[in-house]
Amino acid sequence: MFDVATAAVEGALAAGARYADARVMVTRTEGMAARNGVIESLRQDEAAGVGVRALLGASWGFFATPVLTPAAARAAGEEAAAVARASALVPGPAVDLGGAAPIEDRWTSTWREHPLDDVTLSEKGDLLVAATQAINDGGVGLADASYRVWDTEKWFVSSEGHRISQHVVECGAAMSATAIGDSETQRRSYPGIRGQYGTSGWELVRESDLLGNAPRIADEALALLRAPSCPAGTTDLILGSEQLALQIHESVGHAVELDRILGWEAAYAGTSWLDLAQLGSMRFGSPLMNITADATLPGALGSFGYDDEGTPARSVDIVREGVWVGVLSGRDSAAVAGLGDSGGMVRADGYNRLPMVRMTNVGLIPGESSLEEIVAATDDGILMDTNRSWSIDDKRLNFQFGCEIGWEIKNGRRVRMVRNPTYTGISPTFWGSMDMIGNESEWVFWGTPNCGKGQPTQIGHTGHPAVPARFRNVRVGVRG
Amino acid sequence: MSDRELLEVCDRVLALVGDGAEAQVSVAEGVDGLTRFANSSIHQNVGERVRSVQLQVALEGRVASAATTRTDDEALASLASSAIRAASLRPVDPQWPGMAPLAPLAPAEHWDDATDAAGPDDRAAVVRAFVAAGEGLSAAGYCATRATRVGLATTAGQRFETRATSATLDGIQRTGTADGSGRQTALSLRHLDGAAAGRRAAAKARGASEAADLEPGTYEVILERGCVANILDFLATFGFNAKAHEQGTSFVHLGERQFDESVSIWDDATDERSIGFLHDAEGTPKRHLDLVRGGVTTGLAHDRRTAARAGTESTGHATSDAYVAGPFPQNLFFGAGTRPADALIASVNRGLLVTDFWYTRILDPKTQVVTGLTRNGVFLIENGEVGRAVRNLRFTQSYVAALRPGNVVGIGDDARLVGQHHVPTVHLAAWSFTGGAAG
Repeated sequence: MFDVATAAVEGALAAGARYADARVMVTRTEGMAARNGVIESLRQDEAAGVGVRALLGASWGFFATPVLTPAAARAAGEEAAAVARASALVPGPAVDLGGAAPIEDRWTSTWREHPLDDVTLSEKGDLLVAATQAINDGGVGLADASYRVWDTEKWFVSSEGHRISQHVVECGAAMSATAIGDSETQRRSYPGIRGQYGTSGWELVRESDLLGNAPRIADEALALLRAPSCPAGTTDLILGSEQLALQIHESVGHAVELDRILGWEAAYAGTSWLDLAQLGSMRFGSPLMNITADATLPGALGSFGYDDEGTPARSVDIVREGVWVGVLSGRDSAAVAGLGDSGGMVRADGYNRLPMVRMTNVGLIPGESSLEEIVAATDDGILMDTNRSWSIDDKRLNFQFGCEIGWEIKNGRRVRMVRNPTYTGISPTFWGSMDMIGNESEWVFWGTPNCGKGQPTQIGHTGHPAVPARFRNVRVGVRG
Repeated sequence: MSDRELLEVCDRVLALVGDGAEAQVSVAEGVDGLTRFANSSIHQNVGERVRSVQLQVALEGRVASAATTRTDDEALASLASSAIRAASLRPVDPQWPGMAPLAPLAPAEHWDDATDAAGPDDRAAVVRAFVAAGEGLSAAGYCATRATRVGLATTAGQRFETRATSATLDGIQRTGTADGSGRQTALSLRHLDGAAAGRRAAAKARGASEAADLEPGTYEVILERGCVANILDFLATFGFNAKAHEQGTSFVHLGERQFDESVSIWDDATDERSIGFLHDAEGTPKRHLDLVRGGVTTGLAHDRRTAARAGTESTGHATSDAYVAGPFPQNLFFGAGTRPADALIASVNRGLLVTDFWYTRILDPKTQVVTGLTRNGVFLIENGEVGRAVRNLRFTQSYVAALRPGNVVGIGDDARLVGQHHVPTVHLAAWSFTGGAAG
């Protein structure tokens, strides 16, 4: 496929581009969903094509085609140059990509059981059917289970001499129990709201033990219907690691995307409350807060070998001892911001989409406490886990999140389950109140397979290593 | 590919599937273009030649779906064989309703030749007009065109070729302290007025640039069209969805007066004011569907599966993921009133004018409690006059309860297309704001 990508780059250069790169991608996906013991959906899709990016003067253009011949690719390169020429009708500032040493390499993610080639459809379907039946057996009327698989091969070529191929396998599974009451519903999900996903083989699904956890989430969903509402007020809040992963994603990960900070996403995803002039000095959170963006973590959903500009995967400090020190960047955004080299965080969700800044594995470095130690050290508070709803403003400052389940904590003990737990806050105030963090035994590399961003919308795969943590004086129990 | 060639591909795939299975094939091809701007310049500009072949097969009730972007013989043979193999390994679906039978689509396509032919220069011209209208403000947004042709055939006899175009301009103007929005959707790029949208956005932004905090609480509101379209999205996806209704998670109680008597909501992709295709993902023709008439909930959107279970006919609302998400309406109309939006504002003693909602998420589908924020301009109305701007507020509000009997004070005569919904400005007696900019 390198010949197709090369033809696309040559087409763009011949049409006047001063820089061009192209990605051939062949992606196989598979998804199955079951409800109440019946397989409701089975899809196996393949998307193949080439996308080419052209830079003329200060203006970018991109064009994609599903026709994988050198002639069609060359024509796509010419189209990309024409699109870039149109961009110049409303021109922007000069673009300096800097220089990138050419790389020739191949990278492959690791797996023990390939989820498409080594595991039969029957086995995967039997698992989903059995999981939903186990939830039904627990007395819950609405049981869902699903899995998804992505097998992606890429061939990247640039006019600077890059020739990189990658093969990335990702998968994961989810299940939920929804108990339906007279006036509301209560849901418990496992492993998380959308399951658990990783750059991994089917072994990740086996390790999740859906069947072993089905009775528990059925019991909890039913119990939530009878549980009292989460009390309203200001109290200490303990978040389980799944909810903390979402908190990191929304209030840290998106806030430190350099394209947002530069205003490139202003009309849709929004901007950021962060000011580049304060990079390296501004306090983002408490001294216990250490956040990294690490695309090299084995098995995490935001891991890869090279990003879609050919920059090698790396780990970048984002928050160090509570101080904001890093951003998520690509070649052009880093250059515009005067930050030097790309952070290697630019990816596209298909051959037909423009690469853009995406989170890799943005996560919290563990501390010293177990979850039970955090609970035992809390006199009065609420423990919440498993995200149910999420909403945050366009500067990533004002958030309100709902969880599936909560427990009131009194004198260091969980005293009762509460339903509809919600909390709200302002990002730096909230992170500044964090005073206890879970230890490495609690560390989970949560995967988020549905991060929407960009226009046309792209769905990104991101990872969020997280542990439980405690936050002081948080407003909880928000209702309409 | 021409329309004829689209159906030829369908026939090739049906032949590869053979007589031993039911099958539906749809082939889509077209060109999408999207010109994105920020900081008053075009920074992302993309085009794509779109092609997909989607196949669903059923072997005596064992169902599987597959898709590919390739149309060569080898790819189509692989598509057919893999779908059949996958179906054969599935358990029987006891509720399989069969493929869509022959039924003609409504005659009027939402199509425009000029939009089909539009290129990046045409979109850039719209963007340039939007940016210029800001007169020095910082503009951001996008202008997109889409032209898609579809051929669809089923072994049950449904067979057609159709096409649709659309054009969208969605942008903001920014003062540094506030944003204002302007957006237009049409089936033709020629119907987009970049300068008008840019002026509206600029006026909103300048008006909101010195916003003050306002204590959260319950306020009378004038919701502009973007907010109303957002409300319809939630009512449709989680409520007027027959699958959600049968599983007990929908708010819908058919025949009950759940809304104010001034509220009527219906779905109609065949209306000339609408955009998009005139068939659903199963190939069933779309038709007018009443959902709320005079405040009484009267209808649900069905696909073939939910219709079979309910003993009725599909209303033509299957989505591409219908078996999981369920069917829901996507071309909604909120019945317009007779009063101009200015008259609605003039009738407010003390309340808020809200331009847009942002990041809205449902807390519980049955209660339709949604949380989200305001965006692109919130203004205090006092004694019928739009006054000072206020900072964005967070709300936590049941969307069904917002339209309950007695809470709808007025409906504007200014209905327009927002996204795929045709909506007016709405005046509500109460809306629950639960947080301010400071939390």
